[in-house]
Amino acid sequence: MSDSIIKFDKVVKRFGDLTVLNELDFEVKRGEKVSIIGPSGSGKSTVLRILMTLEGIDGGVVSVNGEPLWHEQGPDGLKPASEAHLRKMRAQLGMVFQQFNLFPHMTVLRNITEAPVKVLGMSKKEARQRAEELLDLVGLADQSSKYPHQLSGGQQQRVGIARALAMRPSILLFDEPTSALDPELVGEVLTVIGRLAEEHDLTMLLVTHEMRFAREISDRVCFFDQGQIREEGTPEQLFTDPTEARTREFLQAVID
Amino acid sequence: MLFGFEWDLSSPLAFAISIMPILLIGMWVTIQATVLGFFVALVLGLVFAVLKSAPSRFISWPATLITEFIRDTPLLVQLFFLYYVLPEYGIVLPAFMTGALALGIQYSAYTSEVYRAGLEAVAKDQHEAARALNLSAARTFTHIVVPQAIPRIVPAMGNYLVSIMKDVPVLSVVTVLEMLNVAKIVGDRTFSYLIPLSLVGGLYLIMTLVASAGVRLLDNWLPKQGIPLK
Repeated sequence: MSDSIIKFDKVVKRFGDLTVLNELDFEVKRGEKVSIIGPSGSGKSTVLRILMTLEGIDGGVVSVNGEPLWHEQGPDGLKPASEAHLRKMRAQLGMVFQQFNLFPHMTVLRNITEAPVKVLGMSKKEARQRAEELLDLVGLADQSSKYPHQLSGGQQQRVGIARALAMRPSILLFDEPTSALDPELVGEVLTVIGRLAEEHDLTMLLVTHEMRFAREISDRVCFFDQGQIREEGTPEQLFTDPTEARTREFLQAVID
Repeated sequence: MLFGFEWDLSSPLAFAISIMPILLIGMWVTIQATVLGFFVALVLGLVFAVLKSAPSRFISWPATLITEFIRDTPLLVQLFFLYYVLPEYGIVLPAFMTGALALGIQYSAYTSEVYRAGLEAVAKDQHEAARALNLSAARTFTHIVVPQAIPRIVPAMGNYLVSIMKDVPVLSVVTVLEMLNVAKIVGDRTFSYLIPLSLVGGLYLIMTLVASAGVRLLDNWLPKQGIPLK
């Protein structure tokens, strides 16, 4: 498949003796919205963390936009990627973290403009203008001069989304974006993510426990178990008529 | 008479009042030695902290060895070493400089640990967020890590400031005329030790209380989330 923007080819990831990803094959098409579900410890978040280059791999090849992520083309085949290569590749990806990971000593505006100014070389004025548009998009237009601790969790996460978007990634990774939120704040974040999914041609990869939401916004849902994709399909297929017993078991446990 | 001030032995109170200017001159030396020693400890400690966390073992190992050595030998030994050994190799520093340097070196071993702990305490997720945004390592250190580490570092540094202040009398053994040494000279000459030494204790208490209060004020004033960047 040449239109794959993300491709995992027999990827292995170990933490000590624990094999988290076991020869994982996984592909995502350009513009596709894919949800990853599964029990904790199944390697869901690891997939995102490998893509964001926060975690290296122990085997196989990961490609982004047709180019190996953790490797570089050397004279005799692939060699491990240099920091310069990782920096170049990273520019295509953005990540929204479970714990938001906002910079607590920076205002909302500075959180969003810091990287565009320092990494993309955008002028302060332009970055500011763009940040304000993004804050408008996530429904926080009037909060730009506040500090993260003055915001609710849901608002912080929406800033996190705006911050990731400010770098103009073509792939946006969501690592359990609502898991750290109080139940009444989940909705506002999901609304923003849902709107992004609908209106943008971003490729989105979402690790989540919000099954109903995954069903609404995804083109495809993957059920991860023990470092492999146990089952995947359209939301309709996977949620109403799973073929694997393990998938049924999991869905029953989380939906009830 | 000392520093041009005569003492008045007619009554305890008159004695105390008459030697006060002498003790205050000594106190000024104590404060100067404290400030200079603390400054050396802050700068040298940061150097050691950076070297100790260097990726290459050829750098981090010797740095760790040196700070351990400094920490596990008495201040007095280091002071004597600087004061008596360096001149044998042609390096002659004034007693005051030698003393302040010895204090700074001794405490740099402690402050390097404070820096290291403070820098390491900045959550891993902050590094990850910076990496995901493609910020450079240098930018991440100066603009993400350091501003968040400072509020964690300040209280511990304040404790060392007070400790250094209380170690300054050690410098009297290499002839530095700090407050305790001055009081002892007054006692030697008047055969009356009670009042000068009590005054030194009282003045010390005031100095350390003021320093502690200053550190606490600074600590309260610093936002816990990190130093805001304009």
